[in-house]
Amino acid sequence: MKILSRSYIALIIAILYIPILVLMLFSFNSTNNTGVFTGFSTYWYEELFRSAETFTALKNTLILAVSSAVISTLIGTAASLGLHRMRSKFLRGAIVSVTNIPMMNPDIVTGISMMLLFVFVGTRLGSADKLNFWTLLIAHVTFNLPYVILNVTPKFRQMDKHLPEAALDLGCTPVQSFFKVELPNVMPGIVTGFIMAFTLSLDDFVISYFCAGSDFQTLPILIYSMTKKEVKPDIYALSTLMIIAVLTLLILTNLTGDRDGKNSKNPDWRSHMRQRVQERRAHRTAGKGGDAK
Amino acid sequence: MTISKKPPAAKGRIKSSPFAYLAASPHLVWTVLFIAAPLVFVLYYAFTTADGSFTWDNILALSEHTETFILSLSMSVIATVLCLLIGYPLAYCIAKLSPKAQKIAILLLMLPMWMNLLIRTYSMMAILDDGGFLNHFLMALGFEPVHIVGTAPAVIFGMVYNFLPYMVLPIHSVISKMDHRYIEAAHDLGCNSLHTLGRVILPLSTSGIISGVTMVFVPSISTFYISQKLGGGTFDLIGDTIERQFQNPSTYNVGASISLVMMILILLSMAVMNRFSDDEGTVIV
Repeated sequence: MKILSRSYIALIIAILYIPILVLMLFSFNSTNNTGVFTGFSTYWYEELFRSAETFTALKNTLILAVSSAVISTLIGTAASLGLHRMRSKFLRGAIVSVTNIPMMNPDIVTGISMMLLFVFVGTRLGSADKLNFWTLLIAHVTFNLPYVILNVTPKFRQMDKHLPEAALDLGCTPVQSFFKVELPNVMPGIVTGFIMAFTLSLDDFVISYFCAGSDFQTLPILIYSMTKKEVKPDIYALSTLMIIAVLTLLILTNLTGDRDGKNSKNPDWRSHMRQRVQERRAHRTAGKGGDAK
Repeated sequence: MTISKKPPAAKGRIKSSPFAYLAASPHLVWTVLFIAAPLVFVLYYAFTTADGSFTWDNILALSEHTETFILSLSMSVIATVLCLLIGYPLAYCIAKLSPKAQKIAILLLMLPMWMNLLIRTYSMMAILDDGGFLNHFLMALGFEPVHIVGTAPAVIFGMVYNFLPYMVLPIHSVISKMDHRYIEAAHDLGCNSLHTLGRVILPLSTSGIISGVTMVFVPSISTFYISQKLGGGTFDLIGDTIERQFQNPSTYNVGASISLVMMILILLSMAVMNRFSDDEGTVIV
């Protein structure tokens, strides 16, 4: 029984990895054949590095990921503070529910809904390029926000309630108490939220696809347009490099970041977060007390 | 967790500060402008013509896409059921490993999810393609080549391959946290392993199953890249149809109405599933 269950696990994991390993292998193929390995070469990597398009897309992806992560972290942290101190339970619940919509909705719906807004407003304003860097940035900040808030809000709740009170008693203004007492306390959650936002932004294709203009291409969008044409191993080379980059990022995340929280170290945080939101909703609808954790 | 313990007076002093509302206001504005308003625009476009006057035509035009809806729904239901059938035993097997081995297994399961969906699907297509790795491999062994890309099983396989970890992880997390005394009690009361699984473990893992089913079903029904690549252009799912409508401004309105119906379809499916799976009538919508 033990052997059976272990070989089952091994089998499924092998199936998950075979395509990726084959892809990495064929990125080093000497011809453009994707079925037979004819010999080792780095030709496709050289080909890839010759194209300016790849570098522009890489640069765009990084600019977008950093700026959307910074903006969503700033807005999200401020919002978490506000939500934490807000008295009205109803208002708090309503804001959190709406914030989580992009997390639960299919990406394609989030993408097209924002695109419709941008196109509508753009047409009214009479602008030539209705979709551009800014619309893409707005879209990325929007789908990053729930992840930042979900990471920072619990840190505010875990913090000793008397710390900010003591700060106020000792003569701090609420603003000072925030920067001197609360911010250092919730910092781990902010760092995790930032890393998650950055990674989500790097990885996103569907929402970007609908909200990006033709003049600002990210790597996933470039891959999409490359795979629309003929099959060429330069896509394999690009994919292999992206896989290596993602692995490096994951290892770095595990070495730094949130020390006491397990969110960023938990490799399945994406599904983990969605599951948490879902369970909370289920509790609320069943009248078991909702988000008063 | 500690909410009930604090003195109300102190709570009032901190909480009533207008600073709190000020801090939340950028987010509030953002939420209204970029989450709520876009959804209103989906509604607006679904019920208007290209020049902005009210119409039912977009909704009525949906009857042309009935087949697409049925095909999409059945494919994603099959993919979800397959994920559950493959994923539940997998989650169960993983939960039986030692804690350290569990961690490694989950990590291995999760790593491919960090590769972009486009890359994963594309590499799968390159393997299964008529002139791909698999067929060359089969021919080298003396078998006939198989035609896979462009068939319905290929699209379903693509969905299962891409979303299986989303099924396994929530179920695993529920099973691994389960109180072992329940299982021991079942054994003491004369259940064999199969009975324990069916009567104790399975009902206790309902919440994980619901999460898993949702996380597989929603991306499956709305995908367009998987069907484009593994369907070889012959399978038109809802996602493909929506994507096509948004290539051309004149069909935005029809696209919006299809998206609206898909959203409603998803919400309904979730509601139905929750009714059937939970006696307490818990509804996740």
